[in-house]
Amino acid sequence: MSEVPENLKYTREHEWVRLEDDGTVTVGITDHAQQALGELVYVELPEADTELGGGDACAVVESVKAASDVYAPLAGTVSAINEALEGEPDLVNNSPYDDGWLLRLFPSDAAALDEMLDAEMYQQFLAESED
Amino acid sequence: MGTDTAQRTALFGRHEAAGARLVDFGGWAMPLHYGSQLDEHHAVRRSAGVFDVSHMTVVDIAGSGATECLQRLLANDVGKLTAPGHGLYSCMLNESGGVVDDLIAYRRGETEYRLVVNAATRDKDLAWLRRACEPLDATVTENATSLMLAVQGPGAREIAASLLPDDLRAPAMSLKSFHCCEAGPVFVARTGYTGEDGFELIIDSEAAGLELWDKLLAAGVTPCGLGARDTLRLEAGLALYGQDLDEDHSPLVSGLGWTIAWDPVSRDFCGRAALDAEKRAGPASTFVGLLLEDRGIMRHGQSVETDAGAGLVTSGSFAPTLQRSIALARVPARAGGYCEVDIRGQQRRARIVKPVFVRRGEIRLDFDQDA
Repeated sequence: MSEVPENLKYTREHEWVRLEDDGTVTVGITDHAQQALGELVYVELPEADTELGGGDACAVVESVKAASDVYAPLAGTVSAINEALEGEPDLVNNSPYDDGWLLRLFPSDAAALDEMLDAEMYQQFLAESED
Repeated sequence: MGTDTAQRTALFGRHEAAGARLVDFGGWAMPLHYGSQLDEHHAVRRSAGVFDVSHMTVVDIAGSGATECLQRLLANDVGKLTAPGHGLYSCMLNESGGVVDDLIAYRRGETEYRLVVNAATRDKDLAWLRRACEPLDATVTENATSLMLAVQGPGAREIAASLLPDDLRAPAMSLKSFHCCEAGPVFVARTGYTGEDGFELIIDSEAAGLELWDKLLAAGVTPCGLGARDTLRLEAGLALYGQDLDEDHSPLVSGLGWTIAWDPVSRDFCGRAALDAEKRAGPASTFVGLLLEDRGIMRHGQSVETDAGAGLVTSGSFAPTLQRSIALARVPARAGGYCEVDIRGQQRRARIVKPVFVRRGEIRLDFDQDA
């Protein structure tokens, strides 16, 4: 079973989103996603100030075996990226919801957060995908 | 997981119990890893690992026509196997010189041979062998019940030999590379697919095979899956059939020119005429290694731009020993120096090197210093 923290929002592409006090949102991939991908050996992140549309491919996470796109869960401007992942991509495996965050966005419309899955809905979605 | 209908090796229960992540590989449910394919990779480079490779196809060829048959079928010459216990690596070619499969052939007796061929090519290989052998008084018998284990790494031979039946210990320890010995149900060869020293064992008894697996693990040998097997062979520059080798390319353009036995000229093996013509004309492409200098990971099928024209990545991955991406690639014959690899739409710089990156635990890079 994978971990699904209560206080986050989720997408059907297995990303999580956390609204921060300064109005930015932090984005990462879920515990389920990192388990499915396996040990990550490379993470490619966008540059700061990149403008992203909702659903745009914004990062690449690669395991030994394969590369996978990460999609922007909502539109916005990249305000920070997790530079630690350059040397330690496995932070995403070991700490998907904390040290393994991918990027921070200044959302163009924070209301989009309300349309995302909450923890219970995401857990439901995971259960249904396994059938 | 899509492995419900796949064939299972005798070790399937062991893999499941060990928490292996199972994947379908050539119709077999095989372990991809047992938790960490990176740890498994390092275990083989530093100490010892064991792989269940029972999915590989073992074919015994016997009869008065066996030698002649294999001399016609294989690009390498089994005539070099001057005594039982000798083995060699070879390609089996079609008439156009393309690779039908790559395999190891062992001589077991005066007129008895054992071939180990790939699992994914089993059906076509057996048909190919039967068509060639049966008119020549040679029987083709698949040994489908045996277990096959690859024990690999600097500590592998010593541990594995200590667990063999008494009468095999000393003979196994004194085997030279590509030689084999056997007693009862156990066949041991000093071969492998990792770039490390070790044995490949074919065990014709399920009970004995399971017992050996258990004893190897109890002796501290790390169980390893196909994930580590792939990164180990890639670092060693060993070709994978279906990626680096196929029916459309000859050994000359696949880094395997050294496996073709051109002498004696009178030996007319399948594909020889095409190879002779290709050699005379000068092969259009060559097989190289790539070392990525930029960030990213090279993958099978990505295009390569060199100073001499375009090429293709045949195998690419992250190399755990080098901690960067490496690849095998087919490029125009005169290409050298640096090239650009198209990684997901971005041109990334890579250095062209000889297609060997790691052997016997040591990083070994060979490139033109002037480039």
